[in-house]
Amino acid sequence: MTTQTLDQAGTPAATRGARIDCDVHPRLPRRLDLAPHAPKYWAEMFDYRAIDRQELMTYATSTLPLRPDDPAVQADAAGLARAHLDPMGVDAAILNVLSGAHAAYDPYLATAMCEATNRWLAAEWLDRDPRLRASALVPFQNPEAAVAEIERLAQDRRFVQILAVLGGEKPLGRREYWPIYRAAAEHGFALGVHPGGTNRHSPGQSGFSATRVEEVTLHIQTFASQVASLVAEGVFNEFPSLRVVLMESGISWLPGLMWRMSKDWKGARIEVPWLERPPIEIITQHFRVTTQPFDGPTDPAVAARVLDQLPDAGMLLWSSDFPHRHVDRGLPTGLPEALHPGVRGGNALATYDRLELTHV
Amino acid sequence: MSETMTKDLSGATPVARSKQPVVDCDIHPAYRSPEELASYLPARWRQHVADFGIHSPSPLVGALPYPRLAHGMRQDSYPPVGGPPASDLPFLQEQLLDPLNITFGILQPLSAGHGALNHGLGEALCAGTNDWQVERWLDPEPRLRGSIAVMQEDPQAALREIEVRAKDKRFVQISITPRPAEPAGSRRYWPIFEAAEALNLPISMHSAAFGNRANTGSGWTSFYIEEHFAFSHAAQAALASMIFQGVFDQFPKLKLILVEGGFAWLPPTVWRMEREFDRYRGEVPDLKRRPAEYVRDHVWLTTQPVEEPPKSSQLSDLIDWIGIDRLLFSTDYPHWDFDHPDYAFRVPLTPEQRAKLMHDNAVGVFNLS
Amino acid sequence: MTEHVVCRLDEIPVGSAKRVSIGPRDIAIFNVGGKLSAIANRCPHEGAQLCLGRVSGSARADRPGQHRLEREGELVRCPWHGWEFDLATGKSYCDPERMKVRSFEVSVKPGDTLAEGPYQIETFEVSVRDAYVVLTL
Repeated sequence: MTTQTLDQAGTPAATRGARIDCDVHPRLPRRLDLAPHAPKYWAEMFDYRAIDRQELMTYATSTLPLRPDDPAVQADAAGLARAHLDPMGVDAAILNVLSGAHAAYDPYLATAMCEATNRWLAAEWLDRDPRLRASALVPFQNPEAAVAEIERLAQDRRFVQILAVLGGEKPLGRREYWPIYRAAAEHGFALGVHPGGTNRHSPGQSGFSATRVEEVTLHIQTFASQVASLVAEGVFNEFPSLRVVLMESGISWLPGLMWRMSKDWKGARIEVPWLERPPIEIITQHFRVTTQPFDGPTDPAVAARVLDQLPDAGMLLWSSDFPHRHVDRGLPTGLPEALHPGVRGGNALATYDRLELTHV
Repeated sequence: MSETMTKDLSGATPVARSKQPVVDCDIHPAYRSPEELASYLPARWRQHVADFGIHSPSPLVGALPYPRLAHGMRQDSYPPVGGPPASDLPFLQEQLLDPLNITFGILQPLSAGHGALNHGLGEALCAGTNDWQVERWLDPEPRLRGSIAVMQEDPQAALREIEVRAKDKRFVQISITPRPAEPAGSRRYWPIFEAAEALNLPISMHSAAFGNRANTGSGWTSFYIEEHFAFSHAAQAALASMIFQGVFDQFPKLKLILVEGGFAWLPPTVWRMEREFDRYRGEVPDLKRRPAEYVRDHVWLTTQPVEEPPKSSQLSDLIDWIGIDRLLFSTDYPHWDFDHPDYAFRVPLTPEQRAKLMHDNAVGVFNLS
Repeated sequence: MTEHVVCRLDEIPVGSAKRVSIGPRDIAIFNVGGKLSAIANRCPHEGAQLCLGRVSGSARADRPGQHRLEREGELVRCPWHGWEFDLATGKSYCDPERMKVRSFEVSVKPGDTLAEGPYQIETFEVSVRDAYVVLTL
């Protein structure tokens, strides 16, 4: 066993503290799901041009390690509740749809797919279970439209963050994305980053990997680069309330990045003089990482030392990555008991401005 | 009070010698001028370089696209006789080899040949670089050792060069870039690994400032502070590719040395590979061993730029997790992010551990004598 | 406190730096636009000599992209890793309270005032016509 189960699953939230699952995957919506939520032009195009299975190659959830044993568990809100929310005692779960919308080359197609997916999420999932929350899809290919979509959803507080895929066209810190972050920060959305790629660039600096296992290994370096980009470009100077949640990122690589950037900053800060604090402080304040899959060592004593490298345990948010296959869906081995309540839910409440547990 | 005053010492090298003998696994010798390398090329390629330059994936001719601190150089490393840092052997001896008690220094020439898009030119540049190492550095300074620079995109050319140089035992490793055109474990590069194993020469991959592909999986970084850290990512990708493509099953005695990427990245990478190997094992069913075992038996890391976590216990943990016997001290002289052997490792080490890190590990992996 | 005459003023022309030793102390003296300052010569990080660093100003920016150089001539960048030290206080930019070098009082005295002590002048002749650099420590 590499992780612990969540204890006290049957006890009421009031006595055991909130339990918030920061990464749950509903099924990928197909064209028949999206058509009712799209303008007529796009409904016609989804059908006529076979814009249907928009599944990302880099993070193909149809492949074995990510494929659920029973597709029914992510078919609809009722299936998800039965298979996951009820037995785990989840008070709130954030749905992340990994969609080909992120990778579309046509910026208007991307926009239409993002909006239709968000409408589908609201109607088919959020309306059907008060525990559900969602990450909004926004088209990074079309920042103006992304801002409009954030503003459209601002009144619906069930959308708690906007979702970026890990491997995009440009590093996430670039100024062309700042209008998106301005709107997100203004309305209290966090920025979530989840593995999945547009395949504009290969990880690793030497071309695309031959196997998925290599590619998944290299996710950690693209996460590191995205953190570095968001920090170096000064995104948090401009949007000091913005929080970034890294999902399925693993954790153990993050201290090394913080140390390296902070070391280099002592001299190289002259290149980015708006960084007036060491990057380790900026990263600790603005970034959160989810627990599943935990990528630390299997020895609990060593895992504890790795987790202790994080400057603040408040950076850790529980996630199950349901329904993808893992040994279990609990907290990382080696995490001290005293930190469990925060990681299970308290830290998420402190991270997501828009997340309130009104039904508990 | 009777404090005495001494006369001006400006410019003098500190006289205190490091007591611990050191093998420096990353020294960058420099050409006195671009024309110096051209003089080592055959006439056909010398003319080509004069007329057309060296066509490479870098967007700039003769400049780095991410401008570095202080020209990328230690500001005190410019030789008094003129010329670029590390282009003058007497000053390199005076500033580096003598005061730091370096018993062996491994040259890592940053050959233009590795990245030349014209393979014929790349082959000639690598051969010229290797001739130049012999004439300018290895012949006059017995403490120095060379790296066989090869054009890995044309493995047959690489094999020709390796065959010529391997006879000279002062060449102690084969140098390729961690940013080849395809991931490093690709079968097209296997002839080079085969030769390296047969000759018991380690493969050395030194971080490279540019390549054919973006420096992150999400495009090009804006700043040097991002690019510098991403050097380790090329090494990480090369390692993952070589492991999962089965290179170490095919060549069970191959040694891989990853140079100038630091080392904090390695334990998380190994843990990550172990976990993902369990999930994706069916994709690579032919692998004979687990990722951690390949790393344990085949991989060494040079130490510069040393990690500087907030607590020294965190550095001690890193060393424990990697294994003190797999780390090779390096200075990266004359570059700006130079590490000094007396100050780079501020952690408790036994004399035996320090000796391994600074000296003995390198003597073993390179068979130095 | 002892005042040490360390060199003639013209040995540190404007825009240059000079390393001097007083007992075990290794000190860098800088002349920026005619103003002298003195700090410990050894970088506390990895031991580089600060007298060989580049004297410059402080890069600042209120917002990303709004770069400016201020306090020109008041900082030296370590010749190795570029850490910046304030020539007046010895404090680093990156960690001013914990990462700093000692700073010393430095002054210029005409030669004719040095004849009567209490100055420590042991290794060279003082001419009454020249000006001298005096460190107090």
